[in-house]
Amino acid sequence: MIGTLIVFYILAAVIVVSSVLAVTSRRMLRAATFLLLVLISTAGLYLLLNYHFLAVVQLSVYAGGILILFIFAILLTSSRGDRTEAHDRQRMVWGIVTVVAGIGITTWVTLKHKFLYSDNPTIAGDQQIPVSRIGHALMGTDKYEYLLSFEALSILLLACMLGGILIARKR
Amino acid sequence: MNIFLQYILLGVAILVAYAVLALILIYVERKVCGFFQCRIGPNRVGPWGVFQSVADMVKILLKELVHIDKADHVLFRMASFFVIIGSICTFAALPFARGVQAIDFNVGIFYVLAVSSLGVVGILLAGWSSNSKYSMIGAMRSGAQLISYEISSGLSLMTIVVLSGTMQLSEIVEQQSDLWFIFRGHVPACIAFLCYLISGHAETNRGPFDMPEAESELTSGYHTEYSGIQFGFFYLAEYLNMFIVAAVASTMFLGGWQPLHIPGLDGFNAVMDFIPGIVWFLGKTFFCVFLALWIRWTFPRLRIDQLLSLEWKVLMPICLVNLLLMAVVVIW
Repeated sequence: MIGTLIVFYILAAVIVVSSVLAVTSRRMLRAATFLLLVLISTAGLYLLLNYHFLAVVQLSVYAGGILILFIFAILLTSSRGDRTEAHDRQRMVWGIVTVVAGIGITTWVTLKHKFLYSDNPTIAGDQQIPVSRIGHALMGTDKYEYLLSFEALSILLLACMLGGILIARKR
Repeated sequence: MNIFLQYILLGVAILVAYAVLALILIYVERKVCGFFQCRIGPNRVGPWGVFQSVADMVKILLKELVHIDKADHVLFRMASFFVIIGSICTFAALPFARGVQAIDFNVGIFYVLAVSSLGVVGILLAGWSSNSKYSMIGAMRSGAQLISYEISSGLSLMTIVVLSGTMQLSEIVEQQSDLWFIFRGHVPACIAFLCYLISGHAETNRGPFDMPEAESELTSGYHTEYSGIQFGFFYLAEYLNMFIVAAVASTMFLGGWQPLHIPGLDGFNAVMDFIPGIVWFLGKTFFCVFLALWIRWTFPRLRIDQLLSLEWKVLMPICLVNLLLMAVVVIW
């Protein structure tokens, strides 16, 4: 149990430090890299909860997909030595206010909420959900199954791809 | 305390196996390359030159880390770690023998695909941060190549997942105790095996797909500016990625550490059982590594547009059709 706690604190420290660095860094690519560190450490948190599927999805979608897209976009659009503008004072103040309010609300909700299995946290964490069950839920049409949203998303993605091709096509 | 010790020992064992395999692979590559080109290869350090790569390792550890002017130093240092960590995380999930497997998730093969994509980020960062045209061009080519070929390697592995009905690596190996998947899966498994070998070979950035580091035009691509142990990280990761691709191919298609069993021939099967699993695993893996070396030193380099159209117009459609075919075979 103590080992889990140590790993949690390490991951939490990495998440906090890199998310602050991601918004304060003035070089775009550094900001993207720190964002990547945040996302990887979040995957670490999921692993700590024994939810392997979500951790792996987090890694492959964010580290393998979205972040590479970000980095490619930054590499193609900005030149070396480009720096974003420094934040002005008013934005800084409002940002800090929003962050403090966010921390307050989250802490209040977390402390107030009655978690399932909070009296015996080992029950739910010990069993793994097999991938086949997730697949059936994704492709099923019963209650708590998601075929419709899955198909709607795929049409949305297809539309995005067609739009991208249309914009990029040479005449 | 016991469990901490266990984790530390496990970590050290994986790192040592990683480094030792890299030394062996570098020696094998240089020897095989030598024979393909009618040379002898390394032959001075130790008998048949076997200690040559150890000597090279000591040399690379002693080299200076060169300071690059006007480079983004944070990202420059970080990039090599992304590459090597992605590679080690993948390496840890390989089943070497019965029970000799550090990470055995129920999403095993998906995990392997996911962590290996960390390397792409490292390569792109390395190319951008080293303030050099060659690195930049190499990194862009490499990024395009890796994310394209990831699709067909993923699809061909999914073909086997359809056949086995599970993603857990230990379970996949267990199911091949009667007959390896390449024999049991009829035609689609063979097509998937070929597609995986081609796309895996392209994913390791090795010839004829070594556009990212085409030395005649780009010096050596994304790691041109690196020196010392940081260059060593890229070098290690490149060799171990070749091993990992071969090991995944042998796990998914050739039965991993399972011995060769032919249904009906009980005597033959019993004899095969006497050879330990690790020997089978390493034998199959080094067979696949030899195939990769053979291809590398036989074919000339492709152009980048040929490379990408090979993936998007040939390999990916074949893999998609093959996946459907495998679904038909499984249902039927």
